[in-house]
Amino acid sequence: MSDKPKLAMYWASSCGGCEIATLNIHEHILDVDAVFDIAFFPCIADFKVKDVQGYPDGYIDVCLFNGAIRTSENEEMAHLLRQKSKVMVAFGSCAYEGCIPALSNLTTKDATFNTVYLDNPSIDNPDGILPQPVTLVAEGTLTIPVFYHTVKSLDQVVKVDYTIPGCPPEPHQIWAVLEAVVAALTQGAPLPPSGVVGAGSVAVCEECSRKRDVKKIKRFYRPYEVDPDPDICLLEQGIMCMGIATRSGCGALCPQVGMGCRGCYGPVPGVTDQGAKMVSAIASVMDVGKMGEIDEAVLERQIEAVYDSIPDPAGTFYRFSMAHSILRRTRVAGNGHGKE
Amino acid sequence: MADKQFEPLIIGFTCNWCSYRAADLAGMSRVKYPPNVRLMRLMCSGRLDPEFVLKALRGGADGVLITGCHPGECHYLEQNYKALRRFLLLRRTLKQFGVEPQRVRLIWASAAEGARLAQEINKMVEEIRALGPLTWRDVISANGDRPLEALPAEEVTA
Repeated sequence: MSDKPKLAMYWASSCGGCEIATLNIHEHILDVDAVFDIAFFPCIADFKVKDVQGYPDGYIDVCLFNGAIRTSENEEMAHLLRQKSKVMVAFGSCAYEGCIPALSNLTTKDATFNTVYLDNPSIDNPDGILPQPVTLVAEGTLTIPVFYHTVKSLDQVVKVDYTIPGCPPEPHQIWAVLEAVVAALTQGAPLPPSGVVGAGSVAVCEECSRKRDVKKIKRFYRPYEVDPDPDICLLEQGIMCMGIATRSGCGALCPQVGMGCRGCYGPVPGVTDQGAKMVSAIASVMDVGKMGEIDEAVLERQIEAVYDSIPDPAGTFYRFSMAHSILRRTRVAGNGHGKE
Repeated sequence: MADKQFEPLIIGFTCNWCSYRAADLAGMSRVKYPPNVRLMRLMCSGRLDPEFVLKALRGGADGVLITGCHPGECHYLEQNYKALRRFLLLRRTLKQFGVEPQRVRLIWASAAEGARLAQEINKMVEEIRALGPLTWRDVISANGDRPLEALPAEEVTA
């Protein structure tokens, strides 16, 4: 290998969309190739874990780590790549804050296994076989990675230098970050301060071109129930849009095509818990009768009726940020003395 | 647990204009209420960020009490309505996290209702005592993972 800086990209518990987004920087990928040597990138090049284990510590200059920590293998790879990398980047929503995989923190490992391996119309598993970390066979012992109870983000297992949010991060943001790294490596430009890079510092609404007025929501609609007006704020039309509680950087892609923001860029700076802020925001913009005009019990029923049109509040408000939320996961019966 | 009664820890958020004074009145009138509740004063129940509740629960509280002015009596016109709407949505969300609805309560108490507030606190302490400890940090370690680290202290500007 040449003495070019080394780049690695690894997927843990992820869908592969981050790799696609990275390759989506189009011809800039040639610049990346010109500046970097690929040291490890299972999606596009044939490297083995043994190769990484053979590298000296700090051999990889930049490691883009995407995917959440779902299994013991994910965690081992995080530790290995941290040890071998100078700069560790939590790349994409999964590595940053758990993303879709971490939604399973709202249930249990047993329930997840039940759905995946046993109780599902497309499953044919008459013996009820579930994956076992250790299996004894005639030839010896077989092991597979342990499936954790709780999905974690990358920064909960290793030290992370930079975070690029997004599901997946937008290619122009990826390139902006890579460009800064390339400038630092080739021209000695200063690296950005550690933390979130490749994103804005305001809410998605700031980037959204829809017209905003006073929000007075009478009920929420699921996307299939309405044909949204193309110019007016989606939230004002009763379509759940996380834009108000989500960091900018994507260019408000989803709301501009009529789909409420899913919240994939995570909380805006200074916010710990995106879901809590969303609870706060949604509750603030409801239109349920004027003060003093109706009885309190009636008012409460009206509010509850509006909330009935949000079928899965935790899954909606924490769709991407569950692993980074304050409570982190659901409480399972048997913890404490709680009853359901 | 047999010889020692479980003493729940409840964080109570009170409104400067009503319930905080109600608690004060309870004290001055020598109305007793259990020391399990630790009261914090906000300017209004509408100041209550749902994050405060989550942080209290994760930080070791077994329950959270939110108090505000009666509907129509808010010092800031209708922020207690906002508090009610936030509370109802937060309660739904918390249910999905496995937090029993009794653990987070909203109570209206005017500055004159010291005795009523004390009575409601009594009731809440007994309800949570019956539910048992929440110990949120162990919720994760109970599944074989490391317990949750404590949240860093943070200055919240007014």
